[in-house]
Amino acid sequence: MEGAKVAGTRKLIDGKGTRLDGRKWDELRPISLQVGLMKNADGSAYIEWGKNKIMAAVYGPKEVHPKHQVLPDRALLRCRYHMAPFSVDDRKNPAPSRREIEISKVTREALQPAVIVEDYPRTAIEVWIEVLQSDGGSRCAGITAASLALADAGINMRDMVVGCSCGLIEDTVVSDLDDTEDKEGDGDMPVAIMPNLGQVTLFQVDGIYTREKFQKAFELAIEKGKQIYGMQRAALNARFFGGEGAVTQVEEAAE
Amino acid sequence: MSMKKNYVVETIRKAQLAQLLAGGKRMDERRLDQTRELKIETGLIQKANGSARVTLGNTQVIAGVKIATGIPFPDTPDKGILMVNAEILPMSSPYAEPGPPSEGAIELARVVDRGIRESEMVDLSKLSLVPGKSVVAVFVDCNVMNVDGNLFDAMSYAVVSALRTAKMKKYAVKDEKAEATDQWVPVPVERTPVSVTMARIGEKLVVDPNTEEEASMDMRITITTDDDGNICASQKGEASFISPAQVLEAADTSIRVGREIRAKIMEATK
Repeated sequence: MEGAKVAGTRKLIDGKGTRLDGRKWDELRPISLQVGLMKNADGSAYIEWGKNKIMAAVYGPKEVHPKHQVLPDRALLRCRYHMAPFSVDDRKNPAPSRREIEISKVTREALQPAVIVEDYPRTAIEVWIEVLQSDGGSRCAGITAASLALADAGINMRDMVVGCSCGLIEDTVVSDLDDTEDKEGDGDMPVAIMPNLGQVTLFQVDGIYTREKFQKAFELAIEKGKQIYGMQRAALNARFFGGEGAVTQVEEAAE
Repeated sequence: MSMKKNYVVETIRKAQLAQLLAGGKRMDERRLDQTRELKIETGLIQKANGSARVTLGNTQVIAGVKIATGIPFPDTPDKGILMVNAEILPMSSPYAEPGPPSEGAIELARVVDRGIRESEMVDLSKLSLVPGKSVVAVFVDCNVMNVDGNLFDAMSYAVVSALRTAKMKKYAVKDEKAEATDQWVPVPVERTPVSVTMARIGEKLVVDPNTEEEASMDMRITITTDDDGNICASQKGEASFISPAQVLEAADTSIRVGREIRAKIMEATK
């Protein structure tokens, strides 16, 4: 596997708290968001987050097939998180892996609290997330883009959903792990929030955290999520009110 | 696995449960943070390297450990392989069906696997035989025999108990080839992770939800802790949200309840 190293053979963070790519412990990678690029989809958004390149598209509300899946009181929210075979170091089999099936499920459960599904009974709303290039934190990036695509499709929502992963490198809590830090680091905690409602909709943990570090990483993920929400707002503003900047780039430089 | 069938009945039931909970009561008269009776039997499958049957209320899971040699993953050439799998048997519930694993069954297996793996329960570096070529592979397969809620914890306790009592052949390495000897040794177990699952019904979190409570829950959260009270894995489930304060409350509950459960597992597997 090209690029893969045996865990623990190199230092991911130096004595001054600087990470391999030059970021400090609480810095994000550069993020850019674009809304409404896809022609056929009812809504779409494209996110670049570090080396992640992810497209999210929304279709619906539309008729439900097969019909026995119809919900009488609300819309059926369907979600697929999928990685392109060329998105990772070794070619990925295009068939959905168990990991992708689980991520599709938690992504749906992260988005659904924000979607007012009760407004669209007997319909389906479909969210397709395609990871074109993966670089750690892709589920959070996918959720952030999918939420924009839902808003772009004009689906009624209570709030946006924004994801950010925090974690551990050795004993240091860090924000926004990249691919190397995810594979060789000591813990990953993907969190998605509804920033205005102050609620958590995605929460997963791996790694060994003391109670104190657990809380620190969790609170950092929420804080970073709120920061990225500002970029989501700017991207939607550009899409709907921006005039010539109908497609915008919102970046936070890492250096 | 979804047990939701009837929208009207489900909605009325949920309101009833939430009302009871607001007064601090559960249908089966447990405290909010009280688990059901836990029974652990080990060594029931002689052909397995280790096995355990866990009965949690009416939920029953059998875990079996099988050990073989295998080729290590390219990114961890000097570490053994550990895999946890789950099958929800068609006999386990009127709503279970045969066929490929559902999304829920995949999540179940992956969340239990994450708790075991991330806690570093098994020291995989002690399972390397010929680095890059041959390692010990530990497979833990779980059969869900009867469903009455909280498969996550029942399965996790079964896996931990089976691993704690599992024995494997000692391997001898000659000329870069690993061969099994006649000597039996325990699997290198270092820690005892315990998962604690809570369901939110209305505003309240209840520990170890049964089927009826799961049918009425809005949100589920599983948190796994280790012997030192560290948090090593978690998963929020269901299409609802949780407040940051409730995440921290759930973490404290899982540390506290986990300690009691760990003592029971240690006692049953010593």
